[in-house]
Amino acid sequence: MRSAFFRTLMSLAEEDSRICLVVGDIGFGVVEPFAQRFPTRFVNVGVAEQNMTGVAAGMAMCGKVVFTYSIANFPTLRCLEQIRNDVCYHHADVKVVAVGGGFAYGALGMTHHATEDLAILRSMPGMVVVAPGDPIETELVTGAIVAQAGPCYLRLGRAGEPTVHTSRPEFELGKAIVVREGSDLAMISTGGMLDTAVQVAERIARLGLHARVLSMHTIKPLDRDSVLAAARETGAIFTLEEHSVIGGLGGAVAEVLAESGELRVPFRRIGLPSEFSSRVGSQEYLRACYGLSASAIVDTVRATLISTRTVTA
Amino acid sequence: MKDSNGSAAKREELAALAKRIRLHVVEMVHAAGSSHVGTCLSMAELLAVLYGQVLNVDPTRPDWSERDRLIMSKGHGCAGLYAVLAERGFFPIDWLQSFYHDGARLAGHATHHGIPGVEVSTGSLGHGLSLACGMALVGRREERSWRVFALLSDGECDEGSTWEAAMFAPHHKLDNLVAIVDYNKIQSLGTVKEVLDLEPFAAKWRSFGWSAVEVDGHDIIQLRSVLSALPTERGKPTCVIAHTVKGKGVSFMEDKLLWHYRSPDEQEFRQALAELEKSQ
Repeated sequence: MRSAFFRTLMSLAEEDSRICLVVGDIGFGVVEPFAQRFPTRFVNVGVAEQNMTGVAAGMAMCGKVVFTYSIANFPTLRCLEQIRNDVCYHHADVKVVAVGGGFAYGALGMTHHATEDLAILRSMPGMVVVAPGDPIETELVTGAIVAQAGPCYLRLGRAGEPTVHTSRPEFELGKAIVVREGSDLAMISTGGMLDTAVQVAERIARLGLHARVLSMHTIKPLDRDSVLAAARETGAIFTLEEHSVIGGLGGAVAEVLAESGELRVPFRRIGLPSEFSSRVGSQEYLRACYGLSASAIVDTVRATLISTRTVTA
Repeated sequence: MKDSNGSAAKREELAALAKRIRLHVVEMVHAAGSSHVGTCLSMAELLAVLYGQVLNVDPTRPDWSERDRLIMSKGHGCAGLYAVLAERGFFPIDWLQSFYHDGARLAGHATHHGIPGVEVSTGSLGHGLSLACGMALVGRREERSWRVFALLSDGECDEGSTWEAAMFAPHHKLDNLVAIVDYNKIQSLGTVKEVLDLEPFAAKWRSFGWSAVEVDGHDIIQLRSVLSALPTERGKPTCVIAHTVKGKGVSFMEDKLLWHYRSPDEQEFRQALAELEKSQ
């Protein structure tokens, strides 16, 4: 995803001279091409995320489209008030980019686990929140957030995520992509869990359960219509995210379902419990520890449907 | 400095503007029952010289792209800012009466929404200098003629983010940037010296790479002299440390912590007005 992001950013910057990149001394091996090609539109502010965000907002107030960039929680939580007051309140054209959503930097420890970012950024007025599912979506999202003026939070994985889409899907911010059709249940995924969601769908298909897989690349504004259609048409909703179950995709979908009134369907938020992980390990290892491996999710889906429907064990 | 006749007339005009700012502020804060009168009074001459002479702004075109930008980083001093903007004609003076009131435009910290002339909304300390740096960086890189001024409180120099920005500006040689500190020596719970001493203050800015000058923030001649010859050193941002008196102009408010918070009652209000009316 990181490569797709920078490739797209470079190509957009060639066409749009407003685009600037402000980094917090992060991005070894990936930010250099931008810095060399557009030296007057690049700034490394040093290890100073509050200043990074304030400087970006000031530049945006002078007509620039400014991407801030760092990893994990540094471009978000470390400078949250600058995001709230300087970026969001002024509707400044600043796109906050974090690499390392969820456990992407797993073995680096708790400080580098971005597991509450979606919930916190989603609560900021005026903020668009996106978490693309694969490199193709990353490319599409990056173009779309430049085209739409105003604050945005772009949560990326790291590098090497598989490409899930077999072709370029039709893309619109705030509109979920149907990756796979199915009528027995819906799996709504955000960010880098998309590949796992598709694997789960394939496995449970062998059990005779056909899952609709939605890639919810935009957490805010949430595609309410796709959620409600999935609930009506499949009768069961599972959300899938590498993030706390509090306030992220699962929380957002729960709000829609609860307020819809007439829809009472089996619903399960699959994500991380609200706890700090002090386990040591890779992204794959940590996902498995918290029930986010494909096989664990298959079990969760079956168990949920068994308890609520006549699905045989 | 020898004052020519024209210059003396300008000085009188600016002193009169500072006086009107103080009168507005006292009236606004009294009517609103709000805090922060002391911090508005300490920067009245600064605002008068900036808006009365230094800043290249046009009240008829507040969003004019080539304007100088002033960031009121000490957002709690907004009554003073609103007063000078109204005096300069950015919006009607009668807007000031509704400061802080239900449904009014003018909030108790600087807000840009619907207020011509207010560049950015502030209120949480330590944000303004970074915003100013971002603007100045664009200005410098694009060789624009406009300048950026950030008006800071002494208390907000406790914020780490202020010093992140303070390191950034000289590194990028932002000599189109001016930080002005209203150094009135009193912050929220005590004197600056008691709470978190800033001294040696000018030396701190210089050691970060700024050109720092110290002035009497109530001396219009000194302020005009420094602020009309910027940058004070080519290739460096300028920091103007303005030594001021909190509550300046009202005898019982001067240099008193209480007037960071207290709003004048009817009798105090009348006395304050009487003193200000009599002042030069």
